[in-house]
Amino acid sequence: MRSDLEIVAGWVSSGDRVLDLGCGDGRLLRHLFDRRQATGYGLEIDPAGITQSIANGINVIESDIDEGLSDFDDNAFDQVILTQTLQAVQRPDQLLWEMLRVGRTGIVTFPNFAYYRLRWHLAVKGRMPMSHALSYAWYETPNIHFCTIHDFEALCEQLSIHIIERRVLSHDYKRPLMARWVPNLFGEVALYRICRA
Amino acid sequence: MTALAEERSVGVITPQTVHFDEPLALDSGRVLPGYTIAYETYGELNADASNAILVCHALSGNHHAAGYHSHDERKPGWWEACIGPGKPLDTSRFFVVCSNNIGGCHGSTGPTSVNPETGELYGADFPLVTVRDWVRSQARLADHLGVERWAAVAGGSLGGMQALQWAIDQPERLRHAVVIAAAPRLSAQNIAFNEVARQAIRSDPDFQEGRYAVTGDRPRTGLMLARMLGHITYLSEAAMGEKFGRDRRGTPGGYRYNYDVEFEVESYLRYQGQSFVDRFDANTYLLMTRALDYFDPAAAHDGDLSVALSGVTAPFFVASFTSDWRFPPAASHEIVRALLDTDKRVSYAEIRANHGHDAFLMPVPRYREVFTTYMQRVATEVGV
Repeated sequence: MRSDLEIVAGWVSSGDRVLDLGCGDGRLLRHLFDRRQATGYGLEIDPAGITQSIANGINVIESDIDEGLSDFDDNAFDQVILTQTLQAVQRPDQLLWEMLRVGRTGIVTFPNFAYYRLRWHLAVKGRMPMSHALSYAWYETPNIHFCTIHDFEALCEQLSIHIIERRVLSHDYKRPLMARWVPNLFGEVALYRICRA
Repeated sequence: MTALAEERSVGVITPQTVHFDEPLALDSGRVLPGYTIAYETYGELNADASNAILVCHALSGNHHAAGYHSHDERKPGWWEACIGPGKPLDTSRFFVVCSNNIGGCHGSTGPTSVNPETGELYGADFPLVTVRDWVRSQARLADHLGVERWAAVAGGSLGGMQALQWAIDQPERLRHAVVIAAAPRLSAQNIAFNEVARQAIRSDPDFQEGRYAVTGDRPRTGLMLARMLGHITYLSEAAMGEKFGRDRRGTPGGYRYNYDVEFEVESYLRYQGQSFVDRFDANTYLLMTRALDYFDPAAAHDGDLSVALSGVTAPFFVASFTSDWRFPPAASHEIVRALLDTDKRVSYAEIRANHGHDAFLMPVPRYREVFTTYMQRVATEVGV
């Protein structure tokens, strides 16, 4: 499993009730069901992802998270997970709020747009950055709200969201030291555990 | 898991019947002294009887769900798209059973059967039956077949409602519930359509208060109108537009200025209506639409469907179709929502298709793929 997903899995406790927003092929939830005896649901909008999730034996609901989480009651989950999807939603601020309405804690991961390679790409080549975490060309990308580590933390402060823990991964997942020193520059992927303040 | 079978038809099938002497107490308070169920099976029941799937039929369906009754039969069973080797309900793995509901007119006890108490045809005297009554009657069929627990109970439309009722009433007797293009209850608009259909039948002079068997003059016009109306509601505007547009029959040029068939869509509806009259009984149509109207498992729980579903143990697969305005995605979503509210296992797919309600009978690629995938999961679980 991808190392960012390993970290996310490490934040989930045994028997947690989990909601995975944009669950893709359901791999993370399958892992959480098997290793953490977690229960819960994945939401997904992509038909291929839904079929793969069903093949993976998880509970998947075809759903557009831009339309909110009104299917779920307050505090219905221990964890609400949003991996690599924050940048693809219409209103990241409203979704974060919704996540912490239906869940006790939230887990959010996103590509850090201030990552040095992306800065370099734009500064030197003068073109929209692409990297292995951002593998789409500008005209076909589902990502509409890129943000940086600084932006995300500022938003959390504005929304009175408490950051429990932050992890930052550099591009090869092997040199987190630089990323720890100057996360906004050297972190390619940011991972957060959050809760209501 | 075995390799996927090549997709084909189940071939020539012989329907079967079984008679139950034990009386069946109905929701209406009346009692059927005994009853016959007509059914078909496809595939082989395995040694531990773990691979059986019950398919429930919709309003005008019957037990002929797949294959052909003879080499000459032109049209296969109603769910040919989904039942057979290599299809979602893969008969190289599963033993698929489809029963004709009681109240039907194709071999199960219904208005066209003889009432043993009078020696005459039941006709209009046949008691109204409900979805719950069907579940009770089908449970006895399961006993008869030696199936203690279905691997899945599946159905579309009214058949999906039966699958839902099975999960509520007999939770220990099914592993999975497959509910396609269904609803937890009819909308007022749906009941209204049913009422127009019933009025078309009941106001036909040949209906004779439902005792038409005595004279032999059946309410053909009324039943035809009911079916024409139903047919319109099962298609979408887009599907009709695509199929017929404003195409006209006969000589090109201007209108003929009369009320004969002029547009292709009129011809199609009349054909559908007329051919339905030849194979369906008016009293059965009345009874089936009423069973639809009455279905509302939440009603006994102050309208709270999640309470009605609280005892459910089967995981659900729910699917809807975007252009289905008779049982729209919002209706399926209500079932999903109630299952989520009570922490049940459920997967839901909303399939883009422009065929309207009838999409559940069609070989829509994404529908087939997601349905097949879910059933593979069921197959793995029961080890076939």
